[in-house]
Amino acid sequence: MTVPNHNDSFPILSVLIFSPLAAAVVTAAIRSENLLRWWTLLATTAIALFSLPLYGRFDCTTADFQFVEHASWIPALKINYSLGVDGISLLLVLLTTLIMPLCVLCSWRYIQTRAKEFMICLLIMETAMIGVFCALDFILFFVFWEAMLIPMALLIGIWGGPRRIYASLKFFIYTMSGSVLLLVAIIALHLKVGSFSIPDMMGRGFAPEFQCWIFLAFFISFAIKVPMFPFHTWLPAAHVEAPTAGSVLLASILLKMGTYGFLRFSLPITPHATHVFMPYILCLSVVAILYGGLTALAQNDLKKLVAYSSVSHMGFATLGIFALNMAGVEGAILQMINHGVTTGALFIIVGIIYERLHTRDLGEAAGLGKYMPVFAMFVGVFSLSSLAFPGTNSFIGEFLVLCGGFAVSKTMVVCAVPGVVIAAAYMLRMLQKVAWGGANNPDQSHLTDLNVREILTLTPLLVFVFWIGLQPQPFTRVMHASVQRLLEQVK
Amino acid sequence: MEPVHDIRLLLAILAPLIGAGLVMAAGKRPNLREACSFLAAVTLFGITVSLVPDIRAGRTLRFMVFDLLPGLSVSLRADALSMIFAVAASFLWIVTVFYSAGYMRGLKEHAQTRFNTCFALALFGAIGCAFSDNLLTLYLFYEIVSVTTYPLVAHHQDEEGYEGGKKYLVYLTATAKGLVLPAMVLIYVLNGNLDFAGNIRTGIIPPDVHRGIVTALYVCCLLGFAKNGIMPLHHWLPGAMVAPTPVSALLHAVAVVKVGVFSTVRVMLYVFGVERMDALNLGLPTAYFVSFTILGASIIALGKDNLKLRLAYSTVSQLSYVILGVALLTPAAIEGGLIHIANHAFSKITLFFCAGAIYVATHKKNISEMSGLGRAMPFTFGAFAIASLSMIGAPPVGGFISKWYLLLGALDAGSIGIMVVLVVSTLLNAAYFAPVVYQAFFGKPSEEDTHHGFKEAHPAMVVPISICAIISVVIGLYPDFFMQFARAVVP
Repeated sequence: MTVPNHNDSFPILSVLIFSPLAAAVVTAAIRSENLLRWWTLLATTAIALFSLPLYGRFDCTTADFQFVEHASWIPALKINYSLGVDGISLLLVLLTTLIMPLCVLCSWRYIQTRAKEFMICLLIMETAMIGVFCALDFILFFVFWEAMLIPMALLIGIWGGPRRIYASLKFFIYTMSGSVLLLVAIIALHLKVGSFSIPDMMGRGFAPEFQCWIFLAFFISFAIKVPMFPFHTWLPAAHVEAPTAGSVLLASILLKMGTYGFLRFSLPITPHATHVFMPYILCLSVVAILYGGLTALAQNDLKKLVAYSSVSHMGFATLGIFALNMAGVEGAILQMINHGVTTGALFIIVGIIYERLHTRDLGEAAGLGKYMPVFAMFVGVFSLSSLAFPGTNSFIGEFLVLCGGFAVSKTMVVCAVPGVVIAAAYMLRMLQKVAWGGANNPDQSHLTDLNVREILTLTPLLVFVFWIGLQPQPFTRVMHASVQRLLEQVK
Repeated sequence: MEPVHDIRLLLAILAPLIGAGLVMAAGKRPNLREACSFLAAVTLFGITVSLVPDIRAGRTLRFMVFDLLPGLSVSLRADALSMIFAVAASFLWIVTVFYSAGYMRGLKEHAQTRFNTCFALALFGAIGCAFSDNLLTLYLFYEIVSVTTYPLVAHHQDEEGYEGGKKYLVYLTATAKGLVLPAMVLIYVLNGNLDFAGNIRTGIIPPDVHRGIVTALYVCCLLGFAKNGIMPLHHWLPGAMVAPTPVSALLHAVAVVKVGVFSTVRVMLYVFGVERMDALNLGLPTAYFVSFTILGASIIALGKDNLKLRLAYSTVSQLSYVILGVALLTPAAIEGGLIHIANHAFSKITLFFCAGAIYVATHKKNISEMSGLGRAMPFTFGAFAIASLSMIGAPPVGGFISKWYLLLGALDAGSIGIMVVLVVSTLLNAAYFAPVVYQAFFGKPSEEDTHHGFKEAHPAMVVPISICAIISVVIGLYPDFFMQFARAVVP
């Protein structure tokens, strides 16, 4: 497949990718901590606004990559600097740019030490994350993929909780080992194809055995990132120790890299192997849904609860992807966006509780609703969204995933349904405790309700909960053509 | 006849929603707050009544609210079936506003703003269910009712309240998520949309679907809408009796439980259809299945001394009349079942209102302590006697009409067994209601009671009780208002 070159004179993707880096350079020169925060907020907001034309000018009728940029980078190795987005990556890029200002806002008071370095890490992360979603060259992709790792490990390791070094190392080792396999697969593909261009590798019809090996290498790398059961153990540790912004980034964007990897690489490059391994992955997805849910149900640490709920929710995403049909894949992409919105918000909520109570214990946080009614309202909406209450974003995603699942295997979906019920159980348990508590709650009368900054942090996500929940068409429309082509490639 | 698009449907569901917002805004000013509730209730009733001429003319009114995905929308419809439920529920809300003000102020209950807000929201859900045009919309509003009534059930915020609330949520959300959701997804996969059929004959399930699957879907829907109180999934209802009496009255005799039976009936008639149910032989087994509930709950009611609990079990039993009628699949039986939605509503709310008035006036909950109270509270116990007659099915009260048609229908269906069930249940109804009335009027009051000199409760409570009792008789003498709708459902 060739990369069509839209005569787009303005390199919007490059600007999006590198402006956070430029902002980071400016940040390094700023001395006042207050100014630093305002500057980072301004920069990330400007980037978010700047990313909007991507949606406005996106052509929904074609599955081709758009806003394409192409330049030779290392000609000797046929490595190019090529970028582009399609219906699968567009929403993820927009999600990234949306989440960043919120990360800055939720770190406003939380980060008191080394604020400058923290903001620089955040901005470098943004560059790397947008880069991952836009890269059309495997080496470029890999550079961004690896570049993400270091600031994230630093975010956990420097600004994290008491066991931050352990969590940071665990995160690093897990992801790194996945990356090594990814690199091996990239080199193997390069030897076959003779280029690193990702579109060139799609739909090539490699030998079945070769496909299986490549698929497995991809699979382990991406399954760690998702994380799929049984590769998930780094996630609760990382979430618990990470600062709020770190958890939000991790949940909202980084986990999506795994599922994005499946969609971008596994399915179109190794279609045969995808069919071979599909039943096993569906099984693992169902296990993740149930296991994540049950474990979340048993947690008293709010961050762990939300972290395990992520395992369960991402199980739905992988279930949808490997259903290999329109409803399933579109539902999965929507589920990825929804999870980014909702779980991001839940982590911000946990951060707000932690800032006030200095604990994440569910029992200690009981009965907040009486003194923090506005906060309780937000908790209510986001927990309902997380349990896929109809009318909220997750419902549409889960509904489509289940539709896709039913078309493939009724048994599998019947097995996954208890996961939906468990999701209701752990989320309602959390909501009930936080908003109401029991007959003898700890004294919360000294607490103040949300301030304007906190409301501003949560409101955009609240808007998306209902927007996607009640008007999903603007979101599904952009992915239609790309998903269609993806399914043709995987047939 | 072509459906007519009518914005009044949207206004109808917005009235309680906006009402809830106003109640919350009015906050601590009780008179203004109650005025807002009243205004919302009157507006809702006014809009509902304004729909009557159109429905009488045989029109079906529709309004599309959100178009989600192909075949998936949140849209409203008013037809004959919706009117039976909507008119009864919206009228009784007006009455309950007064009663509830009298009750809550009489007992100096806490958190009255929250109470009134949730009350309006529950009505929003109930009216939404009544006006649902498809299974998704029905499910959406059904879940809204579950969530918004939790704070009402757990209102007292003591151990008992939380226990009741927990049971309530577990039963209602687990069944909805675990049974209705997968059934809905599968129907969508099979049919491509979830819109209810235009008449009760055909249903919407494609004819080529295997009978095993259709039966499984049917069972999921029958048990999944657990608000219908079918045994063994009825335990939430007695548990919910910890709520203040206005909640038990309007919600657990009218709105919530009727949402359950209404949803069940809607799905039986407009998703599966009479012909399909008949062909798969689902009708009579359902009738026998719910007969267990009719008799079982009555027998349990016999043994309950707590008046509200006895009424709760009576409700469980009476709700199944509606399902029994529809399951018999004969025109008379369906009509009898459907008008029982209204007849039971007016009579049962009277009974609960009486229970509340007795509690406010005397702080007595148990039937054994009510000996001789009828002379001190003639209006309350007079109304109780009238409503009891309706429950028993004696002329000229509303319940008689329902039972008459149910018996006719059973005769048409040629089912002696069901006729026996109806007769035995009538005897059981008499056995648990007659002693209450007899004791109250002819029993000897205890010396302590004579000393106390109890009086009727506040007129804000007694007037609504009398109105409801009178209407119970009026719809027995002139059953045409609701009967015309029931007849219109069965062409």
